[in-house]
Amino acid sequence: MTANSMSDTSSTCHSLNATVLKRNAWWEQFAQFGLCSPALLLVLIILVLPVGWLFSVSFVGANGGFSLENYSRMVESKSYYRIFITTFQVSLLSTGLCILIGYPFSYFLSQLPSRLASLCLITVLLPFWTSLLVRTYAWLVLLQRKGLVNDWAIQLGLWEEPIKLVHNMTGTLIGMVHIMLPFLVLPLYNSMKAIDRSYLNAASNLGASPVRIFWTVFFPLSTPGLFAGALIVFVLCLGFFVTPAVLGGGKVIMVSMKIASNIELFVNWGAASALGVILLLLTMIILWFAGRFLGFDRMAGSGVG
Amino acid sequence: MKHKMILASAAAALLANAAFSGGAFAQEKSVTIASWGGSYQDAQSKALFVPASAAMGVTVKEETYGGMSDVRLQVNTGAVTLDIVVSGSGSAARAGAEGLLEPLDYSVIDVSNFYPGLYDEYCVGGDVFSVVAAWNTETYGENGPQSWADFFDTEKFPGKRAYRGKAAGALEPALMADGVPMEDVYKVLDSEEGIDRAINKIRSIKDHIAVFWSSGAQQAQLMKDGEVDMTTGWNGRFDVAKADGAKVSYTFNQALLDYDCFAVPKGAPNKDLAMQFLAEISKPEYQANLPKYITYGPTNKAAYDLGTIDPAVAMALPSHPDNAAKQLPISLEWYEKWETIADEKYQEMLTE
Repeated sequence: MTANSMSDTSSTCHSLNATVLKRNAWWEQFAQFGLCSPALLLVLIILVLPVGWLFSVSFVGANGGFSLENYSRMVESKSYYRIFITTFQVSLLSTGLCILIGYPFSYFLSQLPSRLASLCLITVLLPFWTSLLVRTYAWLVLLQRKGLVNDWAIQLGLWEEPIKLVHNMTGTLIGMVHIMLPFLVLPLYNSMKAIDRSYLNAASNLGASPVRIFWTVFFPLSTPGLFAGALIVFVLCLGFFVTPAVLGGGKVIMVSMKIASNIELFVNWGAASALGVILLLLTMIILWFAGRFLGFDRMAGSGVG
Repeated sequence: MKHKMILASAAAALLANAAFSGGAFAQEKSVTIASWGGSYQDAQSKALFVPASAAMGVTVKEETYGGMSDVRLQVNTGAVTLDIVVSGSGSAARAGAEGLLEPLDYSVIDVSNFYPGLYDEYCVGGDVFSVVAAWNTETYGENGPQSWADFFDTEKFPGKRAYRGKAAGALEPALMADGVPMEDVYKVLDSEEGIDRAINKIRSIKDHIAVFWSSGAQQAQLMKDGEVDMTTGWNGRFDVAKADGAKVSYTFNQALLDYDCFAVPKGAPNKDLAMQFLAEISKPEYQANLPKYITYGPTNKAAYDLGTIDPAVAMALPSHPDNAAKQLPISLEWYEKWETIADEKYQEMLTE
């Protein structure tokens, strides 16, 4: 009996306590939310409003009224379709090449003693600090018909006639990968450095071969950095202008270039805005799919540690 | 009390000051001109703006701008700060049709000695340039392509070509290469079939076009580095490249005669003064000085009669009567009517 009533009181106490605790937690969350409201306001003003404006402008036709002409033009004309394909093709290939080059490089760096690794990291960072235009034009000088690469290769007898390395997809990809590589290497290297060596030792202790240790232990632990880096590279590539414009020779036309030419060509902003809206939507769809299959937590890099 | 006195006198001083500076502002005449910067604006400044400003007692404020999209922004938001803008003839014609420009007052601006077609309701020509075919003299010697038919003939003139990345100035040469006489080019182009015909001609040599250029700087660089053997482009750029050691030559034969012009944005703050200023810099004595600084020709024919242009220089200018006679003047009406359609079709061809 006494025991019973005691447990009763304790349960009411407990539930009372829980409600208070819950309310407290709610208040705390609210207060914390309040603390970050200036930041949210900033995001609203500099991000949400302009994108909303962009969206509404894209429905303004040449006569100034509501119109779907900016979108129907994209459906009717095959060139828009091809431009979007090229944009995603360039972005995917650049990201893929960045991973192929960046992953082994980061792995190599992460195995070095940290002093040597920082020295090697400078080889990635130094070009990163150089102006984008300078690097792009440097590639032009190197890769063109009478450029250094063709000159030297012909002198060394590697090939007879100058081969076409620039003003096409090849040149664009070379330039883009060079510029994007640091965006992949830096997060990837960080996430590799954070992998606890004792996991690898444990696996080795249990008899796993080095290849197996890499694929079952090291690689999965490095994926947050890999996904984060690849995501940054991919998204940056989608909106890239300078490098494809210079190294693509007018033959690799990406959405950003079409946006620029539409601003000149059409009498309203809508034609260019609509392109921006579609690019944004397509990017979001792709990221959503990527998020579903790979997990946003891992892509955002929160798995590090 | 004392405080009030001070305040009142301060207010009075402020008011007087405002009235005074307002008066002074109204008296001080000034126009704001926007151009494209670089060696081009330097030349305009030295030959036209500074001397005209001294002669008229008008202060000139020079700015650089990004083209008609800037004017559109200013006019649409009702915050027009520019009195005069420098523009390509085609974009000025379209901006005029869009209602972004003031009609020019030709009772103030004297164009009686201008080449016909080098001024327009909204825009008065400032300098003349040509879209020419240029070639690498190392590849072809002095006997490069002498006509557009040669330029499109990949058997007679094998080699890499560069061509413009948009329709403006790209279709007329293609039609001439396809056998259309110069004087009929705009007649044929005045239909979708004509535009398709021109684009198909370009399509037929697309494999030989290594680069579709997008800027004047790029034309010069392509020729200087020997990246292509021939290209279309603006004559002044090739002269600069040649002076810089590039192996390049070009012909005025069948070239397109085009011009840059001055326009007044709708609602310009000093509209009337802008008209007077345009009248001043359109006079032959100013126009004759421009080629000293850049190899673009005057729009005023009378500039050649003054004798101030060095005869050797005059012979090399696009608007020299001998050179002008060989060329096709750009038709602004055609650009107003067809440019967007032609450019969409051109993009189709480019992205194939």
